[in-house]
Amino acid sequence: MRLLLTVAAAALLAVGASACGEKQQVVVYKQGKYQGKPDGRPWDNDSPVAELRGGKWSKGDRTSWEEQIKNRQLAQHEHKRIYQ
Amino acid sequence: MARMKFLCDAERCIECNGCVTACKNENEVPWGVNRRRVVTINDGVVGAEKSISVACMHCSDAPCMAVCPVDCFYKTDDGVVLHDKDLCIGCGYCFYACPFGAPQFPQAGAFGLRGKMDKCTFCAGGPEPDRSEAEFQKYGRNRLSEGKLPACAEMCSTKALLGGDGDVIADIYRERVLRRGKGSEVWGWGTAYGPGAPGAKPPPQMQPQPQPAKKS
Repeated sequence: MRLLLTVAAAALLAVGASACGEKQQVVVYKQGKYQGKPDGRPWDNDSPVAELRGGKWSKGDRTSWEEQIKNRQLAQHEHKRIYQ
Repeated sequence: MARMKFLCDAERCIECNGCVTACKNENEVPWGVNRRRVVTINDGVVGAEKSISVACMHCSDAPCMAVCPVDCFYKTDDGVVLHDKDLCIGCGYCFYACPFGAPQFPQAGAFGLRGKMDKCTFCAGGPEPDRSEAEFQKYGRNRLSEGKLPACAEMCSTKALLGGDGDVIADIYRERVLRRGKGSEVWGWGTAYGPGAPGAKPPPQMQPQPQPAKKS
């Protein structure tokens, strides 16, 4: 009987102590997966026609497209555009 | 791999709203929707008035993507945050999540019915065939597929608004700040941590380096 009481008291203590524990309260976000339609990539298109005055690159060649875009970006740099 | 970003130089922006107009014109954005806008602080205070052009900043860890209940957002290989309007339910969660107020909702009717979300696409269109009429109607012009940068940045008269790969435009801005001898207190350290005391100088590592004399 005494043993039973001791075990019961220990179990009660363990349950009681567990209430003092701290639960993680920060929501862990799980990244969703895009559910929509697939999109094309800009370098998979032909270079635009002359009247659109876009860049020149080879269709499907990402490197040449990026080079074209980079030139376009550097055109925003007036120190390079004007003084050099 | 490029990570497309916008950067606005508050020292140069003259609040002309040319970027807003260029965006509306290029993408034929409906009435009441502004994908880009110019925000001015200390309006009318001499020497303290600053303007900055704001649109979607195409965040690396975009909160709009995180909260969207239908997962209609995606990120392109160039780091441009786009969404599928066919999937969008117009709930407005992205508007509450966005720190820049970028998502816009067209309103119509007597009760202001809210339409599907519309936002800056970095002139990269959306999930429709590139340069197609459907893409233009839903998302606007796809300038990236034409080898061009966003219209707002390319037509900015003072070149305050820069658009493109984050590394490239950061280099342009850095060189600009070094040449004019100020700027880090406008964008960066000073804005984040304050000058410390009135008239205080930024830490030594933030001060502009002397430029070598130019030959005439």
